[in-house]
Amino acid sequence: MGTLLRLATAGSVDDGKSTLVGRLLYDSKSVLADQFDAVERVSRDRGLAQADLALLTDGLRSEREQGITIDVAYRYFATAERSFILADCPGHVQYTRNTVTGASTADVVVLLVDARKGVQEQTRRHLAVSSLLRVPHVIVVVNKIDLVDYDQARYDTVSAEVNATATALGLSDVVTVPVSALAGDNVVTRSGRTPWYDGPSLLELLEQLSPAGEPQSEPLRFPVQLVIRPQQAAGERFRDYRGYAGQIASGLVRVGDPVTVLPSGRTSTVAGIDTADGELSEAYAPQSVTLRLDDDVDIARGDLIVTSRSVPAPTQDVDGTVAWLSDRELRAGTKVLLKHGTRTVQAIVKQVGGRLDLDAAQLRQADTLGLNDIGHVTLRLAAPIAAEEYLHSRAAGAFLLIDAHDGTTLAAGMVGDALLATAAV
Amino acid sequence: MTTVDTRRLTHLEWLESESIHIIREVVAEFERPVLLFSGGKDSVVMLHLAAKAFWPTPVPFPVLHVDTGHNFPEVIAYRDATVERLGLRLEVARVQDYLDDGRLRERADGTRNPLQTQPLLDAIEGHRFDAVFGGGRRDEEKARAKERIFSLRDEFGQWDPRNQRPELWNLYNGRHTPGQHVRVFPLSNWTELDVWQYIGQEKIELPPLYYAHDREVFERDGMLLSVGEFAQPKDGETVETRTVRYRTVGDMSCTGAVESPARTVEDVIAEVAATRVTERGATRADDRMSEAAMEDRKKEGYF
Repeated sequence: MGTLLRLATAGSVDDGKSTLVGRLLYDSKSVLADQFDAVERVSRDRGLAQADLALLTDGLRSEREQGITIDVAYRYFATAERSFILADCPGHVQYTRNTVTGASTADVVVLLVDARKGVQEQTRRHLAVSSLLRVPHVIVVVNKIDLVDYDQARYDTVSAEVNATATALGLSDVVTVPVSALAGDNVVTRSGRTPWYDGPSLLELLEQLSPAGEPQSEPLRFPVQLVIRPQQAAGERFRDYRGYAGQIASGLVRVGDPVTVLPSGRTSTVAGIDTADGELSEAYAPQSVTLRLDDDVDIARGDLIVTSRSVPAPTQDVDGTVAWLSDRELRAGTKVLLKHGTRTVQAIVKQVGGRLDLDAAQLRQADTLGLNDIGHVTLRLAAPIAAEEYLHSRAAGAFLLIDAHDGTTLAAGMVGDALLATAAV
Repeated sequence: MTTVDTRRLTHLEWLESESIHIIREVVAEFERPVLLFSGGKDSVVMLHLAAKAFWPTPVPFPVLHVDTGHNFPEVIAYRDATVERLGLRLEVARVQDYLDDGRLRERADGTRNPLQTQPLLDAIEGHRFDAVFGGGRRDEEKARAKERIFSLRDEFGQWDPRNQRPELWNLYNGRHTPGQHVRVFPLSNWTELDVWQYIGQEKIELPPLYYAHDREVFERDGMLLSVGEFAQPKDGETVETRTVRYRTVGDMSCTGAVESPARTVEDVIAEVAATRVTERGATRADDRMSEAAMEDRKKEGYF
């Protein structure tokens, strides 16, 4: 049985992203006959000569009516090697909101550029967001290669432009592929029309990439979701059972490991790792397990169990980078809720430290952040969290800002100055 | 330096782990969750995951069945046996009650699936359920492909596809105001094939009609309907005994069987892996009504 890879696709208007996604699904035989019949029928009704594969992905009535993709759509396909979850992020409407959402869970971002146009403003922004969100891999599909007559020189020019832009944004290993989504060149199989390209097809690349996270090389972080205490409910055997349920956010845990509970700082040893299928001697991210500890420490939802070999310092002062996703303005004095792992605390915005100009990749002076802005904020929390730099750990550095009154998700937050890492180069 | 082998979950382990995390988040953050349980395979898998999530504690919430009255008897028997085995509380919201007292009227086409919305919303309001687990998967249908794992519903149970909360990392936001509730879809990222592979791996028992058996059926609109109380052949429709199985289980009057020799879970996995038609396209008359049928029903508060 294969592994799973999560990808997010992004592109500018008319880059052919929906066609590429449709092509991936169709050529990997993940589109079934009735779905394809429906697409053919609608294409015919619209007077098109061949099936418009973009119609496979536009799911909402308003999207079909307007002929645009509005919201992130999730698609699924599988090859003999692995299963894929694809977050298809529309490029033009709410691009920050959608690409940040898609990139937040992605192992790889697949970004499209039009071979005729090369790097656009949107390309730069998408690369900046991928860098900011620390997506492990970025693939740039140089699409519509058929429209430049499969010209190697043109591909090399665009490819060099992409690499220069990516490097300036702090992305080191961007891979480019010459593709025609419409004609199917280098999407699933290697094309005979690009003999000068000896690399893998897009799908081959996706099959080879390693997913995010190397559990054995990262420190254990285990946010406690809830305490399992059956008392009388599970019979005499479990009367005194007390376990801490959660999903391992990063790292590896073994029975006997010394651990520290945050924010209290109390220490203990792992006595057991339980699942419904039996006890384990070790577990690793992203497994959902239940931990038992040697000592009767007071642990509740919101606590973080970490390896005693690497203990982050809980803090009530958080500097972070936020992607602001709400119509309401963010300014100093705004009160919000902050969710980090399984812990939600009240927070107040002490200062807005600037807004990222994604086009120039520079931080500009600003006192407020508006919808789709990315900027720097300083927060004061009502209770400490074990915050870690997002740069070092996606799992332990991510947070949400939430409106305390109506529950709206206001921002995607990353602890630390992710902006500098992106923009300083 | 010693090299450590790379530890990777299989895709089923990954999906199971994600679903258990989602189910636990709901129990931790909501007051009154409920799980929609019809005896259909997706709800069976969801309940299996819930049982694993809280082991050794029993599942800490009740289950709700919205009963169309057009039931497959073997599914109801399975439902009751499962509830009994896990020691769950079962709530039933009956479409028939609404038809009897005039709150709903039978549709011209006889299907009752779209009629489930009102009893569902009334049950949620009556029991003050604030989180409702549904077995919906994003691969099922285009509108579902756009829905969040935590999907907020307003006071009228409506889904607003244009105004969904962004869902970032695995940080779910279940905040809601009084009157609102949240639909939670722990199987969002599963495909039909994943569900079947997991049923095989976990040796989960299903209602027998998911496997090939001989049944009296007649063909209507390209679907094989079971002859019985809720579906009778019209003139020109001939009844035959065929070897069939069901890919979905819903209102008996509009859920079609498919011809299939797949008698075991392994057979079904092989069949699903090779199939060329989606499960809803093959077996649900109500989903064929229009391109946006599911989106429209979801906006009104459907599953």
